[in-house]
Amino acid sequence: MQWNSVGEFFAMGGYALYVWGSFGACAVLMIAEPFLARRRLSEVRKILARERLADELDLQQKNQ
Amino acid sequence: MRQSIVHWFKFASPQSFYPLAGRMIPWFWAAAAIFGVAGLWISFFVAPTDAQQGEGYRIIFVHVPASWMSMFIYLVMAFWAGLGLALNTRVSGMMAQALAPTGALMAALSLLTGALWGKPMWGAWWVWDARLTSELILFFLYLGFMALQAAIDDPRRADKAGAILALVGVVNIPIIYFSVKWWNTLHQGSTINLNKAPSMAQTMLWGMLLMALAFWMYSIAVALMRVRAIILERERHTEWVKHAVE
Repeated sequence: MQWNSVGEFFAMGGYALYVWGSFGACAVLMIAEPFLARRRLSEVRKILARERLADELDLQQKNQ
Repeated sequence: MRQSIVHWFKFASPQSFYPLAGRMIPWFWAAAAIFGVAGLWISFFVAPTDAQQGEGYRIIFVHVPASWMSMFIYLVMAFWAGLGLALNTRVSGMMAQALAPTGALMAALSLLTGALWGKPMWGAWWVWDARLTSELILFFLYLGFMALQAAIDDPRRADKAGAILALVGVVNIPIIYFSVKWWNTLHQGSTINLNKAPSMAQTMLWGMLLMALAFWMYSIAVALMRVRAIILERERHTEWVKHAVE
């Protein structure tokens, strides 16, 4: 390992802004994207569950 | 032979692909995490300092995988779009639609990390170099594909229009890939070639390959998540969807 201290590691030989900027941008976007995808799925599911409930209520009213 | 074709066509129906995708997602996340941890470990703790670029070169451990994936996802997207156009299979169009945002993300990351590398190394965030410009066009192709599909209400027609755009845009991929050979670019040539030994330290190469695998597994996992949402959105009026979501 080429790092003698934690500070040296974070300094990245003077390239801290560029190296951490790159890895940071990847981390932020690649964490955000799956959350957005999951939200999209749960939103469709919510709508579907609501429609299903509406159908069931319709059916109950017809049967009365 | 016939049996196996029938078997594969089964997954061309959204109804059987939806649960299959759901079962595959955790495995791809696990693979992405394992490759990612190993790749990051090598990127920061094993790979030596570069003789010319110092520690700044470590950007390539995310820049190269993002760039590879941006091109590869485009090819896969165009493949699915073309398959949907030719065979009219429903899942194909949905797969193409699910891949586009991930491809756009990879293209954006490639451009962003490239700029962060260019500033200290070239002294410029951006130059109108053939490699950079063709990658920017790739990013716009993804955005164009998504905008076109979003603008057409009927999903089947949106698939067809998007497929034509995606297939025409494929011509850009070899342009990106060979740009460093065809033109005298500021962007450096490829360090990895199939027909000669890579011109970089072995550990650097391993770091890059592991990170590329992590990005690959990530892309599959997130695209499968998105395709599940798209399947439910498009098939919401069918009987099986009503029973799938209990």
